[in-house]
Amino acid sequence: MTRHIIRRLVQAIPTLLGVTIISYLLLIAAPGDPIRQMTFGDPNMTPQQREALADIYGLNDPWFVQYLVWLTGNDWMPWKYEINSETGEREFTEINKRFGIIRGDFGTSIQKRIEVIELITTRLPATIELGLSTFLVAILIGIPVGIGAAVWHGKFFDSSSRILAVVGQAIPNFWLGLLLILFIGVSLDVQWARGGRCNLRDPRYRRVPCGQVPITERIQYLVLPTIVLSLGGIAGYSRFMRTSMLDTINSDYIRTARSKGLQDRTVWMRHAARNALIPIATFLGPAIVGILSGAVVTEQIFSWPGLGLLFIEAVTQRDYPIIMASVIISAVLTVIAYIISDVLYAVFDPRIRF
Amino acid sequence: MATTANTNNVAVLNVGDEDFRRLNHMQRALRRLSKDYITIAALSVIGLLVLMAVTAPVTTQIIGIDPFTENLQKTYAAPDGENWLGTDNKGRDHLARLMYGAQISLSVAFTAAFLALSIGLTLGIITGYYGGVVDDFMIWFITTLGSIPGLFLLLMVSSLFRPGPLAFILILGLLGWIGTMRLVRGETLALKEREYIIAARAMGASDARIMFSHIMPNLLSIVIVSLAIQIGGLILTESALSYLGFGINPPIATWGNMLSGSQDFWRRSRLLVVGPGLLIAVTVLCLYVIGDGLRDAFDPTATD
Repeated sequence: MTRHIIRRLVQAIPTLLGVTIISYLLLIAAPGDPIRQMTFGDPNMTPQQREALADIYGLNDPWFVQYLVWLTGNDWMPWKYEINSETGEREFTEINKRFGIIRGDFGTSIQKRIEVIELITTRLPATIELGLSTFLVAILIGIPVGIGAAVWHGKFFDSSSRILAVVGQAIPNFWLGLLLILFIGVSLDVQWARGGRCNLRDPRYRRVPCGQVPITERIQYLVLPTIVLSLGGIAGYSRFMRTSMLDTINSDYIRTARSKGLQDRTVWMRHAARNALIPIATFLGPAIVGILSGAVVTEQIFSWPGLGLLFIEAVTQRDYPIIMASVIISAVLTVIAYIISDVLYAVFDPRIRF
Repeated sequence: MATTANTNNVAVLNVGDEDFRRLNHMQRALRRLSKDYITIAALSVIGLLVLMAVTAPVTTQIIGIDPFTENLQKTYAAPDGENWLGTDNKGRDHLARLMYGAQISLSVAFTAAFLALSIGLTLGIITGYYGGVVDDFMIWFITTLGSIPGLFLLLMVSSLFRPGPLAFILILGLLGWIGTMRLVRGETLALKEREYIIAARAMGASDARIMFSHIMPNLLSIVIVSLAIQIGGLILTESALSYLGFGINPPIATWGNMLSGSQDFWRRSRLLVVGPGLLIAVTVLCLYVIGDGLRDAFDPTATD
């Protein structure tokens, strides 16, 4: 088992390296001149000044050197610094010493002038909070519905849950969110249904970030984004669980259980459902990807101050360091999620040996 | 509580039918489909929507409306004889914009889906057939691309390149083929071990011939099914991106970008918020139903 986990982690390295290369190449291929952006197209700048700035930022290096600096930092590259003969310290010819993203240095946000890693760490908890509640709701509703659909196979409950699942997947997330906000928040004038993560007008918490407001004071703000974001998960889990149950119910050990004279209820719940749950573990990876992807739109609609909203802001302002950091962090989370779901599968199903 | 593997009543219906046995795979599927009224209904709705989109320039002219003419004297108007569904925030006719929006939303999704499908199909067959290093590289590539959540990648690319409508379709297609490729690759891996492929090879058929005239026809059914689902998914993606302002931008109307600014519309004209969203939902719903129906028609043994 440990060997398997290690192997999966090692396999993740080329994947993540690929992610950084792909996103870096996209960044390089994009039209637009970073210097022009930095100086807001200042018309008084001479070409020499531009050249000097490009030198300072290392923009004249070939792309793979720039990539290497961005990935691993420049403090280990002897040609990037000179040792001060008096103090013995390294003096960088470029504007700043970089540690590279593998050491958590994603650079500084162009627009917000804050270290990207700091922005991410303040925004990530909001996304994790929303993601967890979405995941819980999706599982707690989706799985029982799936079991029900299998138990009453071909009956009214089965067909109606099937219809609801398809409808749930077909409704655009952002439109459902808009309707909920507009109907409950605006027309019915409910404050917490208008988006946000906590009541910014509450005098007690005016100066505190939402994350520090006790969860009991702001749990209602989670309701609508969770509904919107969990819809896809509920639909997916219920269909998957139904199929899984129907597969299990035809196995020999279920026939044995029945022939022992056990009640239907016991057979379904204790014998079938438990084993049918195993394949659900493989759903964890895709679920996390779905939540992260969905969070981009949902957070935007509900002004939920998470990673998705940060990403949208960055994309609107073309704040490259944040864009890159968000893409890479979401990829890392995805890869980890896939590894976990793989491992969980083995934990739940002792027949699987690696 | 007997649950048999064959739960599909459509298939049961045809057992013992003498004519049915003589038909080929495709004809059997069509026969089953012709008895699946829900799928037929969904197909008709899509047909009507496509018809509405294609004839939009003519119909709007007959009614005497135009999707681009602004009339600032008459914004957020309620439906009346002249503007059957009212007007939007700039006094443009809502119905005309919905019809032209259908044109863009549908054609973007259809074209991008076809593009994605052709790429996925070709690469899937090639990697599945050759295996080895080609397969290793492609698997690495799709795991890498697949580990970036879809919307992140799409938003990143469309923010970096600020694409026009055509480039946007290209981006949707170029980033959307992973699922199809996985599917096709898996199927090809199974198919290439079959006897008739070995026979073809023994007769000296070239690799290209085996891949494209022996394997590809057998992939057609899964490809058609995934096409319907993919078009639906792409309509959702396109509308979300256009809503956020990173897809197709005004003045060109798409169902997605007609919803940007809904917050301001709500108090004055709810139709402006409900209309485009409902059309998206109905279209995608029909496409998913069609996908389901096609899968049942092609593979009556599948339980879900």
